[in-house]
Amino acid sequence: MAVLDLEKLVKDYGQVRAIHGVDLRIENGEFCVFVGPSGCGKSTLLRMIAGLEDITGGELRIDDKRVNEQRASERGLAMVFQTYALYPHMTVRQNLAFGLENIRTPKAEIEARVAEAARMLQIEAYLDRRPKQLSGGQRQRVAIGRAVVREPRVFLFDEPLSNLDAELRVTMRGEISALHRRLGNTMIYVTHDQVEAMTMADKIVVLRDGRIEQAGTPLDLYNTPRNSFVAGFIGSPRMNFIDVTVTAIDADGVALKDAAGNAYRAAVAGEGLKPGQAAELGIRPDHLEIGAGEGTAVTVQSVEQLGGESYLYCEAADGTKLTAHLPGQTAIRRGETAHLVLRPQFTHLFAKEGGLAQTRLVIGEAV
Amino acid sequence: MSTVLSFLTRRRGRNGFDLTDWLTWLYLLAAVLLMFGPVFWLALSSFKTESALQEYPPTLLPLAPVMATVEGYEEPLPLFRVTGGEHEGKVLAQVRRIGLNAQMVDPAAPGERVNVNINDRVPEREFTLALENYTTLFERFNFLLYFWNSVFITVIATIITVLFNSMAAFALSKYRFRGRTLVFILIIATLMIPPTINLVPIFLVVSELGLVNSPWGVIWPAVATPTGVFLLRQYMLTIPDDLLDAARMDHASEWRVYWRIVLPLSAPALAVLVIFSVMWRWNEFLWPLIVLNRSEEFTLQLALNSFQGDLQTAWAPLLAMTVLTLLPITLVFAVLQKYITAGIAQSGVK
Repeated sequence: MAVLDLEKLVKDYGQVRAIHGVDLRIENGEFCVFVGPSGCGKSTLLRMIAGLEDITGGELRIDDKRVNEQRASERGLAMVFQTYALYPHMTVRQNLAFGLENIRTPKAEIEARVAEAARMLQIEAYLDRRPKQLSGGQRQRVAIGRAVVREPRVFLFDEPLSNLDAELRVTMRGEISALHRRLGNTMIYVTHDQVEAMTMADKIVVLRDGRIEQAGTPLDLYNTPRNSFVAGFIGSPRMNFIDVTVTAIDADGVALKDAAGNAYRAAVAGEGLKPGQAAELGIRPDHLEIGAGEGTAVTVQSVEQLGGESYLYCEAADGTKLTAHLPGQTAIRRGETAHLVLRPQFTHLFAKEGGLAQTRLVIGEAV
Repeated sequence: MSTVLSFLTRRRGRNGFDLTDWLTWLYLLAAVLLMFGPVFWLALSSFKTESALQEYPPTLLPLAPVMATVEGYEEPLPLFRVTGGEHEGKVLAQVRRIGLNAQMVDPAAPGERVNVNINDRVPEREFTLALENYTTLFERFNFLLYFWNSVFITVIATIITVLFNSMAAFALSKYRFRGRTLVFILIIATLMIPPTINLVPIFLVVSELGLVNSPWGVIWPAVATPTGVFLLRQYMLTIPDDLLDAARMDHASEWRVYWRIVLPLSAPALAVLVIFSVMWRWNEFLWPLIVLNRSEEFTLQLALNSFQGDLQTAWAPLLAMTVLTLLPITLVFAVLQKYITAGIAQSGVK
């Protein structure tokens, strides 16, 4: 069981700074997901925690003990790699046992632990095969099994599902979550897929360019994103953004209008805002409603009917793209004009410079 | 067996031989003749007696004169077929030769000697393997000692070569350190220095270390080969770093990473290096000739050389020992060559 503290962690590659002073605490038993676009430093951060990359500055503590100088082999963590990294010249059984052999575990105990892990991950049938004789999903299980047998303090996952097909990915997602519930270990999981982050995490850490943009529970990030980057990154399809100008500020929120003259309201605290200032209005596709004549007029460019739900891809007169997610089926056809209603309790408001979010006064229930 | 046969009789032309079939067969047969001809000739000649070897024109098969014991003569006499003159067609035994005439005797009538012109007779010969060429190697020449010297030097040098070169290659391919490229370039650059230039300085070092006339004087200068380092490094670059990282996460020390992960995965490249090293050490001549002066330290190559004197060469044992010298290296190659193509590291990682 372990608590991880990251204090002002810095990583430099020569002149280039990859990680800019990350502060983070990961609680015991927490399932923490690092998410961000490629190149944001999430894998680097994970490898620094693992001990596979040197830490340039700051301090990494596991259970309040500084581990910066410890080798990967001494930190007591286990890692599942994106490429699985199974030893091709060893059978599945040898792959699982290798870590235990290295710490001189008695033979009988190795056997017992391998059998236990194999049973838990349902890989007993192919313990004597070699990795190349396994399918992608089976290799993934073996890779997880190799981490499980060691009973590590912390599990590290580096995009473990990105080489699997969509269906298998959903299954494995559930299995990793189940594994976490059963073992209760601290787990750190790196992905670029925000759906994985939303579905599995206790805590999501959104990274961009080596900095933490926001850390919190999935719904925190969804409901109160700290800035437009997090707002755009979390949620699928991504949030709609409209360029607006502040017209008035009152106790209930802020009144806005866009270049075409459409008026909007956002239930946010208008701190620091002045009328006439430019801002960005954000609303999730799920929160857009079709109004009967009222609301912003848009042209529907394409319609996706999934049966149980529908997506409208629209364009406003000034070229702003808007995506609407409607429950059920819709009669609206491509090329028609629709009116979209933005409820103030659902809208987010972001500063034009830096994209910082205004504090939301009301958080609307999802429709 | 049937697959071998169907492989050998495969051809392009559906009915009969196509032009390409003719050309292929011609080309391949010529290549076989070119490569195996000398070896075949060597092997056959190693079974010829010394006199058969000196004969002109040479024969392909090892033939020896047919001898017959004739009543009244203690030594067996060689048989000749007479091709001209009054005794034409008879097979006679030669008692002695005087000038252009040979005194011969009919084995059926041993009492009567006849004179035959030596141009009117050809020796009767039969296929005989002169196995004594081989047995003398063990009886008169200390073949087993030379063989052991060669084996010792080859095996030990190969083990050390593989160990040293793979460790250097591991560091050069998997660790990042300042001057890594420089070190690698320096190692490769030594390939540009002709070995003959190194002979004197290396000999000075070896003699200062007191290794002259010791097998270690042959082994140590040879174990660090730039070719081996280069070969193994290039191969190890293809081993994914993730595997090494995974092993480190599995509590493996750097030595364990090298020994349990990198070495087994480099097996195909190691096999190539083993073959090279065995061939180099086994066939090495110039350096052992300089370092090893006492005949009890001689390798097989040096022993072969010592059959060749200033005035005379003992061809029969020389050829026999050459055949025996060829055998082990052929076996090594036959056993290891299948590993060359076996790629293990490419699998297991998607």
